[in-house]
Amino acid sequence: MDEIASLIEPQIPALRRYAWALLRDDEAADDLVQDTLERAIARWAQRRRDGDLRAWLFAIQRNLFLNGVRQRKARGAHLGDEALNDIEAPGPGPDGHAGLRDVLLGLDALPEEQRSLLLLVGVEDLSYEQAAQVLDIPLGTVMSRLSRARARLREFMENGRTAALRRVK
Amino acid sequence: MTGERPIGEDDLQAFVDGRLAPARLDIVKAYLAAHPHMAARVEREVAQRDALRARLAFKAQEPIPSRLRVANLVAAQRRFPRMRLQAMAAAVAGLAIGAVAGAAGGIWWMQKAPMAEQAASVADNAIAAYRIYVGERLHPVEVPGEQEAHLVQWLSRRVGKPLAAPDLSAQGYRLIGGRLLPDNGEAAALFMYENAGGERLTLYARSGGSEAQTSFRFAARNGVSAFSWIDNGLSYVVSAKADRAQLLPIAETIYRQFETAGGSAKSRL
Repeated sequence: MDEIASLIEPQIPALRRYAWALLRDDEAADDLVQDTLERAIARWAQRRRDGDLRAWLFAIQRNLFLNGVRQRKARGAHLGDEALNDIEAPGPGPDGHAGLRDVLLGLDALPEEQRSLLLLVGVEDLSYEQAAQVLDIPLGTVMSRLSRARARLREFMENGRTAALRRVK
Repeated sequence: MTGERPIGEDDLQAFVDGRLAPARLDIVKAYLAAHPHMAARVEREVAQRDALRARLAFKAQEPIPSRLRVANLVAAQRRFPRMRLQAMAAAVAGLAIGAVAGAAGGIWWMQKAPMAEQAASVADNAIAAYRIYVGERLHPVEVPGEQEAHLVQWLSRRVGKPLAAPDLSAQGYRLIGGRLLPDNGEAAALFMYENAGGERLTLYARSGGSEAQTSFRFAARNGVSAFSWIDNGLSYVVSAKADRAQLLPIAETIYRQFETAGGSAKSRL
């Protein structure tokens, strides 16, 4: 148990940050992290010893996030994976980081798969290989998706001003 | 640059992330120096990457809440492994799309899933009852705790199932009484407890729908937390102004007391 704690606990701040970036709600984000940790602890014995711990934890968390979104959206209707890309990001919330708010609006303008990739690589410092594991895609796809994500963010930040202004209270 | 692999989009992305090998970095730098338009683009991407990091940095600097401490989570699983299994079963059963096998995480979001609707409505009613009666000064209960035997007998008869008022003295709470409530045309029982600090919690019980038993579900509405579950044909909801980690051991205690009271060692999992 001490081993679990000593290996997992250093990752919790990053998991909380990723969860918050996805959900923008303190409680919901910590609920997601708690579910992630509970699952990781329950499956600790089954994890691959030589596997990458960070990638494993982030993959659990992202899958739980996607499952939650699917469950919320499904309600009987069939929902393909593509539809996940239409998930609206939750918005930056009414807190006061006014000057920096724009970049989160830009993040919100991206589909989830690009949003997650930018967060994992750009904020959580996962290597491209780790990100490929988390998102379960080939390395080449990581690179092309990263390029598209950054192009889209740039585009939004440069030309999406009117859209951005409309959404700011 | 002759003889070198041409500069590609991958190089530019790796430049933004600071992940180029030193030899390649020099080549990319030279390329950018010769292509100011591309250099400006890369510079903006670096700035946006930095802005995102700066914007989100605060969250990783917050102290870790106790409910996310690994030791606490391990202890909770050890104390209550069956709930975890049930939560997994419930989560898998609740999936509208069978393809998603990874839903074992469980309780999160589950209030919104269709199968949880009934439980959610009982939890909502229980939280509403908590709100109305816990703040009540003159008449928080209809029958005071001193008349526990009468209270339990009366509520059991009206709810149609044998009830008990759990003993929460180990948690510092004593029974102050209870009352009868309507819940979608049926009778529901509300037991109220108070601790030495004057904090109150309620246990709500009504005969519970089609499911014989379910895992714990957590819900929070405007500062009131609730754990609900179905056991032995009764829906239970324990509510308090407390956080999840504080309320969980109380819910576990109540669950266990009913389990032992129910005797017959229900063979579950």
